[in-house]
Amino acid sequence: MFVQQLINGITVGGIYALIALGYTMVYGILKIVNFAHGDVFMIGGFMGLILAQTTNLPIWIAYPLAMLITALIGVLIERICYRPIRLHGADALAILISALGVSIFLENFAQLVWGTETHAYVQKIQRTAYNIAGITLSNIQIGVIVLCIILMIVLYLVVNKTKMGMAMRATSQSITSAQLMGINTEKVIALTFGVGSALACVAGILVGTYYDAVYPLIGYSYGLKAFAAAILGGIGSVPGAMLGGFLLGIVETLGAGYISTGYRDAFAFGILILVLLFRPSGLLGKKHVDKV
Amino acid sequence: MSEIMRADNVSMIFGGLTAVDNISLTMEDNEILSLIGPNGAGKTTFFNMLTGVYQPTFGTITFYGENITKLKPYERVAKGISRTFQNIRLFSSMTTLENLLVAHPKCNSENIGRVLLGGKKLKKARQEIVEECEEILEIVGLKDKEDELATNLSYGKQRLLEIGRALATNPKLVLLDEPGAGMNSMEKEELSTLIRYITQKMDKKVLLIEHDMRFVMGISDRILVLDHGELIANGKPEEIQQNQMVIEAYLGKGMTDEE
Repeated sequence: MFVQQLINGITVGGIYALIALGYTMVYGILKIVNFAHGDVFMIGGFMGLILAQTTNLPIWIAYPLAMLITALIGVLIERICYRPIRLHGADALAILISALGVSIFLENFAQLVWGTETHAYVQKIQRTAYNIAGITLSNIQIGVIVLCIILMIVLYLVVNKTKMGMAMRATSQSITSAQLMGINTEKVIALTFGVGSALACVAGILVGTYYDAVYPLIGYSYGLKAFAAAILGGIGSVPGAMLGGFLLGIVETLGAGYISTGYRDAFAFGILILVLLFRPSGLLGKKHVDKV
Repeated sequence: MSEIMRADNVSMIFGGLTAVDNISLTMEDNEILSLIGPNGAGKTTFFNMLTGVYQPTFGTITFYGENITKLKPYERVAKGISRTFQNIRLFSSMTTLENLLVAHPKCNSENIGRVLLGGKKLKKARQEIVEECEEILEIVGLKDKEDELATNLSYGKQRLLEIGRALATNPKLVLLDEPGAGMNSMEKEELSTLIRYITQKMDKKVLLIEHDMRFVMGISDRILVLDHGELIANGKPEEIQQNQMVIEAYLGKGMTDEE
């Protein structure tokens, strides 16, 4: 029972982590919370569904295509709704409000186009369940976990081992000095939104496949959980978002499994509050020491 | 002598405040040019217009015959203008070497697909960038600190790292904003040697802002004096020392006798 719940928790946690990465990367660079990110995740899920269902493309073409489109949507959101405000030197609060506006727009747009009902997801992969020593594992579950881990490793390598990642890290420390050292920071910011949105799209497709459902307001609950995961791990930190995602997923699944499913969300946010009480900057977040 | 950079009737107005007022100047080849003036004279504002942090309200800036007034900061870096900051702005949680690597012009041209696949060519290209940056660290005297986090370096060393980072962009013109601030006299001595090395051996042009008069008079070929956003003097160090307007700007009128 424990191992079973643990595996279920890791599955959900991996998905939270993928979404949380988008929050944390954008925050790391712009110091804003992109509240529309949860809805980008929803759009990503729908994109995967539509492309796989209507075009008859095999999923290994349809899903990467959905990622690309979602990435472009993410970049467009930044370009149209955040950049003009940012370049006018407005307060970060103004961008936050704009993000909330984008979130409301996307949710209503999705309801208008796809209706308010829950859609069944395309199931192009035959579900098979394995039974190993009393633990039930589906091939989808294994796929979700493996894919999440691979994507996280790739992202970690991109951020830490590539020159582009180095430019991202430099931009996150100071946009002005990065510009003056020859880095095209607008390109870096656009890329950050693109990568974050593509990861959210993967999460959307995985949720759709795993739970066989996608609906226009799905971004709200998942977005909120992933945001909590990003804060739990230390917002701005890439490994933090990964850790936070898995931890949140495991805690809420164990809590739901052993105590009561009704309190699932209470466990998720309860652990967030507990951690923040003792480590206000999150598990892997940087401590701010104000020098006098 | 050929002209490197020129500013024509450049003004910068913030709301009602004229920080830089109708300045025209040229920078010639083979000279170390200094910009001095009392606090708030508009020196750093002028640097910010040269590097593209600010767009001048009026006027044009020309670099090697090309009008760069409308270019963005990173585009100007590509043209060959690089700078250091009055208040140190290093990437503090990166190592000394990484601070240089990130500024290197080849830094942004890497293909992510190739990186993930790895390969010899990539390894070699990276090795070259690292070697170039290490060479610069050798010049500024930080080779033995290359793996140290920038934030852990001493203040004087951080200033040297800023110069190193500016050099890593492979500039033609280096703008140094108070490079000697907070340095002791021995460190300043070394700084002078370094600046001479940069201009003579590496063939870079240097424009600097500095408050330490002994330092400025010793190193500059020509000095420009700003006061209240206006250019009030332009000449060789010994001419500037004798200039009545400069003395007044620094000490105020009627104070000269008591000096």
